[in-house]
Amino acid sequence: MDWGWRFPSALQTVRAFYDGIANGQLLEATFSSLRRILIAFAVSCAIGTTLGVLFARHRTLDETIGFAVVALQTVPSIAWLPFAIIWFGLNDFAVIFITTIGATWTMTIACRSGIKNIPPIYLKSAQMFGTRRGPSTFFQVMLPAAIPQLITGMRMAWAFAWRALVSGELIARGIGLGQMLEEGRSLGDTSLMLCIVLVIAILGTISDHLVFKRIEDRVWMQYGLKAAKT
Amino acid sequence: MIRVEGVGKSFAQRDGVVYTALEDISFEVGRGEFVSILGPSGCGKSTLLNLVAGLERTDRGRVVAGGKEISAPGPDRIVVFQDHALFPWLTVLENVAFGLKQKGMKKKERRERAMEQIRTVHLSKFADRYPHELSGGMKQRVAIARALVMDPEILLMDEPFAALDEQTRLLLHKELEQIWMHTRKTILFITHNIREAVMLSDRVLVMSTRPGRIKKEYRVQAARPREPDDSVLRHIESRIMESLAAELEKVAKEEYGSDYGLENRALSHPAAAHLGDGI
Ligand SMILES: Nc1ncnc2c1ncn2[C@@H]1O[C@H](COP(=O)(O)OP(=O)(O)OP(=O)(O)O)[C@@H](O)[C@H]1O
Ligand SMILES: [Mg+2]
Repeated sequence: MDWGWRFPSALQTVRAFYDGIANGQLLEATFSSLRRILIAFAVSCAIGTTLGVLFARHRTLDETIGFAVVALQTVPSIAWLPFAIIWFGLNDFAVIFITTIGATWTMTIACRSGIKNIPPIYLKSAQMFGTRRGPSTFFQVMLPAAIPQLITGMRMAWAFAWRALVSGELIARGIGLGQMLEEGRSLGDTSLMLCIVLVIAILGTISDHLVFKRIEDRVWMQYGLKAAKT
Repeated sequence: MIRVEGVGKSFAQRDGVVYTALEDISFEVGRGEFVSILGPSGCGKSTLLNLVAGLERTDRGRVVAGGKEISAPGPDRIVVFQDHALFPWLTVLENVAFGLKQKGMKKKERRERAMEQIRTVHLSKFADRYPHELSGGMKQRVAIARALVMDPEILLMDEPFAALDEQTRLLLHKELEQIWMHTRKTILFITHNIREAVMLSDRVLVMSTRPGRIKKEYRVQAARPREPDDSVLRHIESRIMESLAAELEKVAKEEYGSDYGLENRALSHPAAAHLGDGI
């Protein structure tokens, strides 16, 4: 058996990258993948924060549905793809759906613990200074006090979304990095495949380190907290 | 102004045994008076202050302030916490203006008032900084400004300077005395530092421990502004030291148990100069 073409050389990979940029395919795929993940991420942050707040504030909800969320978090989001395909078809929407699912539970759990772990002294001071209960306390004290945990939750949610996105795209039709990877496989173009994998790794690292980690470090420092992570 | 009537407070411990932190505490603080509560660590000073603030409920007895029985915290009784408790997401100015905002004051007016108060604690240059950019002493001054700007009738201070170095503390004593002489607020000041209590207050209430009780009361009749080497202060200081030495011994016995024998002699010597710091 000839193994040569199965292991692309560095030069071939660079060539594939160059070609991809030159004919515009690679950029197009990257943009449509980014568009999907941004939509999914925004939706999951919104849903996750809302659910997290509800669970943190209502004990009965927390002990019933909250428990279910913890269980759901252990399910790899790709496991929902068969459902998504039946419900929505093999399209964009299905991919966005499972990407959203992949990030939502993590965000929910982070937000819930963020709200629950607010130092009681902040709430006590607020009450002492006459802050009214309800939205007034929520927006002026609880939400800002939970920001460090929320940011950390977002960072994790982004990582989960990124994984779910690629696995969804591998199967769904359309344009995207995952689809291009699958296309490379069907053409037997391993240099294109490796090139895509590298692009995915680089985009993931850049978004995590240059965006989320930076914000996280800044916020944790401002709040006088020591992040025990790297 | 503040009347504490037969107040008691107990906590259920993890093993189910009820621990009596405060027992039958009664005292009064008159309008415009500066009263300190002095006692060894763990005797229930913070618990007592929280009861007056309304942050916790009494189990027995009641606390009356401004003619009303206290049931909840409110802007007429502002606490300066030991660890400042400033909001880290707000700047110094926003922290100080926070309480005014809750009153519904317009943005422009509350900024002006907050700025004015920040000026009185000499932090104008730092108004736009965040708490984490300030030193411990500065944070404590912001906490004081944040309390004063509310113009509360009563100021409750829980060891506000305990975590500071000696020089900063002396400086803040001067500032606090100035502020008090200007505003004539009713101040209840918690401390475990004899010097501090004597320097600042009109009256010092000494607490005993397990359960916490008011053991003795000392009136400090020295001229203001106070001078550190005032002989009246020195005299009262040594009298308080004597009475606290007995209390310390009790605490040490419980904490060190049978290992306690060696320290015994040193502690029961009331004239030992270092005693005041160690309480
Ligand atoms: N929530 C609580 N549950 C159980 N025990 C408590 C609680 N709060 C305080 N205690 C106990 O009550 C006692 C008094 O506590 P408190 O914090 O009032 O002491 P303190 O005089 O302020 O001490 P320090 O000078 O160290 O601040 C302590 O023995 C403490 O263990
Ligand atoms: Mg205390």
